[in-house]
Amino acid sequence: MPPPPDKRPSREASRRAALFSEPLANPLDAGLTAHLVEFGEELRGEGVALGTSELLDAFSALPEVAWNEPTLFRETLAATLAKSPEDRAIFDLVFERFFFRATELAALNTGIGEAGSGSGDGEGSAEIDIEALREQIARAIAEQNEGALRDLARLAIAAFAQPGEGSGVLGVDVQRIRRSLGLRTDPQGDVPEDDPRAEGLPREGIRRFEQLLRQELERQQIERTSTLPAARPLHELDRALPSGPLQDLASVHRVVTQLKRRLKTQGQEHRGHRRHAHVDIRRTMRASLQTGGVPITLRYRPVRPRRPELFVICDVSTSVTSASVFFLSVMHALHDSFRKMRSFVFIERVSEVTEVFERERDFKAVSEAIARDAGVADISGYTDYGRVWGELLEQIQDELHPRATVIVLGDARTNGRAPGADLFAQIAARAGRTYWLNPEPRLYWNYGDSVIDSYAQYCEAYECWTTAQLENFVKVLTAPEATRP
Amino acid sequence: MSTTPDRPEEISSGLVEVGYLPDAATSLVAFLAIKLGKPILVEGPAGVGKTQLAKSLAETLGRELVRLQCYEGLDEAKALYEWNYRKQLLRIQAEAQDTGWQEVQDDIFGEDFLLERPLMTAIASPDPVVLLIDEIDKTDQEFEAMLLELLSDFQISIPELGRIEASTMPLVLLTSNNSRELTEALKRRCLYLWIDYPSLEHELEIVRLHAPELDEKISRRLVEVVAMVRELDLKKPPSIAESIDWARALLLLGATDIDTKTFNETMSIIVKHRTDIDIVAERVGVKLDSDGDGSGAAAS
Repeated sequence: MPPPPDKRPSREASRRAALFSEPLANPLDAGLTAHLVEFGEELRGEGVALGTSELLDAFSALPEVAWNEPTLFRETLAATLAKSPEDRAIFDLVFERFFFRATELAALNTGIGEAGSGSGDGEGSAEIDIEALREQIARAIAEQNEGALRDLARLAIAAFAQPGEGSGVLGVDVQRIRRSLGLRTDPQGDVPEDDPRAEGLPREGIRRFEQLLRQELERQQIERTSTLPAARPLHELDRALPSGPLQDLASVHRVVTQLKRRLKTQGQEHRGHRRHAHVDIRRTMRASLQTGGVPITLRYRPVRPRRPELFVICDVSTSVTSASVFFLSVMHALHDSFRKMRSFVFIERVSEVTEVFERERDFKAVSEAIARDAGVADISGYTDYGRVWGELLEQIQDELHPRATVIVLGDARTNGRAPGADLFAQIAARAGRTYWLNPEPRLYWNYGDSVIDSYAQYCEAYECWTTAQLENFVKVLTAPEATRP
Repeated sequence: MSTTPDRPEEISSGLVEVGYLPDAATSLVAFLAIKLGKPILVEGPAGVGKTQLAKSLAETLGRELVRLQCYEGLDEAKALYEWNYRKQLLRIQAEAQDTGWQEVQDDIFGEDFLLERPLMTAIASPDPVVLLIDEIDKTDQEFEAMLLELLSDFQISIPELGRIEASTMPLVLLTSNNSRELTEALKRRCLYLWIDYPSLEHELEIVRLHAPELDEKISRRLVEVVAMVRELDLKKPPSIAESIDWARALLLLGATDIDTKTFNETMSIIVKHRTDIDIVAERVGVKLDSDGDGSGAAAS
């Protein structure tokens, strides 16, 4: 969906702030208003679809709560600005970054410094009892006491990071302090029974403490150098929602359900179903009961669109080990949704696994059965695309027809063997549509032994290693016939 | 009798009184929704109490709950209003032969012949209500578009009668299990609330609120096991309501500890698919045994 004009990020934040502050005669002063508008701009910069109306909501919501309390302020903004779990994750990161920088900038501008920090703090740290500090931090992490952690982070820096000793790289310093504090997730034996360290600390808590340490170090660095470092955009990894492989499986199923729904309802308007629609007598009679037996509204038999026939071919070799779990789960989910579907797995040779998927409902059993019976690795265990296409063509060439869709899941790494692109071209020519899903980022395509380009001329190739990309592919796959190139 | 709270804490304590333990974000968003007159879009996994939140809000605010359950193919006639054809036909037949068309028309398109459906009920109600539009993601986009007018202006246009405007502001909650992405337009009009499975401590409080007689130690063990079960890849992870049911069942059985035997006997309360039961029995049942020898309170 193209963004409406008012959503495009503009640099006229301050002018807009003036616009906002005028009609709202409320306790929000102009300074905060400007900050919030800037914050909105930053969220947009990270890809959150934020409308003007949402910002206005935030402005009207803030006076209703005691917004000078940090958590209330944050939650109020989150409720009005971030409208999906993904957006919320980004919101939290941007919120932290933005307000940290804003505060530091204000501190720099007004010349507020921390007394005693930066230099001549040696005396203070000598008095800190290191062992007691370790225990306190461990306890605070176990109890997830945010306020205490914040204070302790500063103490820890005072104790372990002497000015001048820092490596200059924040990440290195953070890890050094963490090691000297002995914060570990595994149980530690040499501490008293009631100490939380005896059972190991929660990973989440340690991560939080590291974040605070990093923030505090960054703050001190800003104070030393009296400049704000350039803002870094969010890292792709930070942005992703924390999720285990099991949750991924669930989201793959969700995307495929969506695919099924799209295929079911797509393109009805192009099919001219009015021409040969049959009146459904039974439903018409039922409907006529409402109008006293007079059949005023005619009901038609729904015209079912013809389902495409799917041929899915999946690479299960070692070079795509991590991706093949993902792909097998895609296949598994597809099998739940499509009856006319044939699946194949391949490494050196190709093997049909349609039956396995039909027999086993459980994903774990499926992957075990494939590993056991498929027999796709002959000698070396390396993919041989040339041979695979030859065998595949032999097996399915009579069944390929213009309504069939072929989906290949693989990295197109041939291990130096012949790619057999001409055979693949024959398959693609017989099938109606051919797609290639590559589990590697586009950056690595055609490097080393990847020959994706020699296939891509016969099919549409997509990178696909996250569910978001899978979702994108679903959109392409089910787009109405007219817009397809 | 309906009341308007002045602070988020009032909603929070009100919800606790009717047996719903909200987290800070929940009560804050509910408070903002009342203050700003905006709908709330509640999302989260199944069984975290999204629907219950609406019920409890209605109870604590002293408002009537109007519920619209969405499903595929839900149309305006089922959601908004419908003319009562049968009554209209009877009316026409009962009419004397020589009545003019105009009179009959004026007559049969009156409010007497209107069948109110949930959305209409919520708008037309003289007292403010809580309107719950449940599982909005099950409907199609056309219906969502229809809702837009209602949610931003709180009015319904009926061609024969004119516009019906809400005299009081209903508190609207839309729930979604995220089975389909909702349109931006709808999201833009709502406050957003994501409810996740509660943390261990929070769920413990919830269980203790609903089954206070259950021994503290068992309650803790119970929520730990439930959290463990939710970690698995199940067709349907146990909901909060099922944790509460389980606690009550254990209370009835007079269980003193959750060991493998008790667990296998009562597992069907929290796990409700045959394949799920196999997975849980295999993965959690074993764990219980090895844990049972230890302190029994292995908080991890």
